[in-house]
Amino acid sequence: MSALFKARKGEFLRTNRSLSQLAELPETHQLLRQTCRDFADRELAPIAAKLDKEHFYPAKQVKELGAMGVMAIEVPEELGGAGMDYLAYSLAMEEISRGCASTGVVVSVNNSLYIGPILKFGTEEQKKQWISPFTAGDKVGCFALSEPGNGSDAGAASTTAHQDGEEWVLNGTKAWITNCWDASATVVFATTDKKLKHKGISAFLIPMPHPGLSLGKKEDKLGIKASSTANIILEDCRIPLNNMLGPRGAGFKIAMQTLDSGRIGIASQALGIAQASLDCAADYAHKRTAFGAPIGKLQAIQFKLADMAVAIESARLLTWKASLLRDAKKAFTKEAAMAKLAASEAATFCSHQAIQILGGMGYVTDMPAERHYRDARITEIYEGTSEIQRLVIAGQILKEYQS
Amino acid sequence: MSGRVLVGVKRVIDYAVKIRVKPDNTGVVTDGVKHSMNPFCEIAVEEAVKLKEKKLVKEVVAVSCGPQQSQETIRTALAMGADRGIHVEVSGKDYETLGPLQVSKIMAALAKKEDAQLIILGKQAIDDDCNQTGQMTAALLDWPQGTFASEVTLDGDKIKVVREIDGGLETIKINTPAVLTADLRLNTPRYATLPNIMKAKKKKIANVKAADLGVNLTSRLETVEDLVGKLKEAGKV
Repeated sequence: MSALFKARKGEFLRTNRSLSQLAELPETHQLLRQTCRDFADRELAPIAAKLDKEHFYPAKQVKELGAMGVMAIEVPEELGGAGMDYLAYSLAMEEISRGCASTGVVVSVNNSLYIGPILKFGTEEQKKQWISPFTAGDKVGCFALSEPGNGSDAGAASTTAHQDGEEWVLNGTKAWITNCWDASATVVFATTDKKLKHKGISAFLIPMPHPGLSLGKKEDKLGIKASSTANIILEDCRIPLNNMLGPRGAGFKIAMQTLDSGRIGIASQALGIAQASLDCAADYAHKRTAFGAPIGKLQAIQFKLADMAVAIESARLLTWKASLLRDAKKAFTKEAAMAKLAASEAATFCSHQAIQILGGMGYVTDMPAERHYRDARITEIYEGTSEIQRLVIAGQILKEYQS
Repeated sequence: MSGRVLVGVKRVIDYAVKIRVKPDNTGVVTDGVKHSMNPFCEIAVEEAVKLKEKKLVKEVVAVSCGPQQSQETIRTALAMGADRGIHVEVSGKDYETLGPLQVSKIMAALAKKEDAQLIILGKQAIDDDCNQTGQMTAALLDWPQGTFASEVTLDGDKIKVVREIDGGLETIKINTPAVLTADLRLNTPRYATLPNIMKAKKKKIANVKAADLGVNLTSRLETVEDLVGKLKEAGKV
């Protein structure tokens, strides 16, 4: 164990966060990372191609991850979670996604987008009812913010919720909802006061299946095919009054704060995909010979590998920093956006270069490079497009420089 | 009956790593190479933890002989469910010549010190493939041995062991205390859960020196010639 910790004997890690921890992870985190990597290597990587080809939801593996505590990493142990921090979550996400990006997104949505807001804004009763059953991997949740008419423009929600006696009645359609065909509950954002615009949006919890809630057809996606994505259609969907999450009108704020954390999860997923691409390409560079030597000897290939590694490592450090800031309860919006932006662009860059290094072999399904290329693409889009990330970062910077 | 199980866990080069020979042909590159718990030791730990979960044993103690880094291997055992660890620090020249005879003397001494009821080891380590430590430990303690176990059933003060042998399967019944060595099909080791990884941090690992156990680590073996890396031509059949 490093000398970092000898100086502060007895003091628990959480109060001791510093940037030097980026140099060597604490022992528990190293063990966690190794455990998740072993799981990904043995249980996910061998079936990832099949899951992708057959669009097959990895229920068994999700359950095993639940048993390990990976489906509810930040949730306190009393509620059935692992009681660990966001750095641990980021490490777990990266390793899982390195094995299978689809499984990674299932883990991320459950942890950050479904459990996240309930943990932060829910009542004790809501936490017991809506979090505890979702920690073991047999039930997963989803997050319904986007609509056919608005993605980036989240404040323009047209799904409505009006009160009728002791119930809320929801009407509208949500689009692009990850996990929805396999989920047992959802956090839905609907407008309770259209006149207040984004301040009139509220968050609700709806179990699935539920009368008045139906699912659209599964989208046929380019990548992350093992995770289901579809519309959620609400037609006079009635839920009890205490299914509102957080105060009335706080929905937009809840969504934005939830997405801040979700960005760390997606950044980690992108890192996993990028790393898997680098692993694939570097291994191939050793084995494939051309012009009388392994192609790894050629500078053209070396430059690509170096650029890939730099892109990944810088994005990883940004992701770890965002996690450490969040764990220290400091502001992390800018860093999380930077992490997601850097990591998703690293994923598309690395997977693109990996195919290039593999040549023809990169174009066929015999090698995982083509799957990484397809899986990587969505990371620049969901949970805030790269363009939105740039706006978030710029907004934070301008605030810092305000005189 | 102390109900205590000692499980030996060895730190070895990870099974998935491509082994590279050192340029000076004196052995294999270990610096910076990924190491993990010997797969058969994982199976041994799993069996011990399962016995504890069935309340057939009371305490599982993970033991490792090796350098500082062996503590990581013990931590992994703790994360899988072992209660505490014992690290017998062996480093430098002693570590290079550490073999089954010294380890089995250490295990025997610890078994007496800890009043162990059962010792479970992996059948062999994937780096030296010796397949001797379990057998030697049993002999030193004059305990019965159930080696190459693919099924273990505790039955009062006896143990029924189904052994994988060349001709098939052999079932024996042995008295306790006993030494068992785990074979591949004994069980499927669990992945450490995150809460257990957190708990493992608080579990104790005791540091013990071989000399304190009265064990002389000097090897009786002498390397006469190193053929590592020298055999470059294809052989003839």
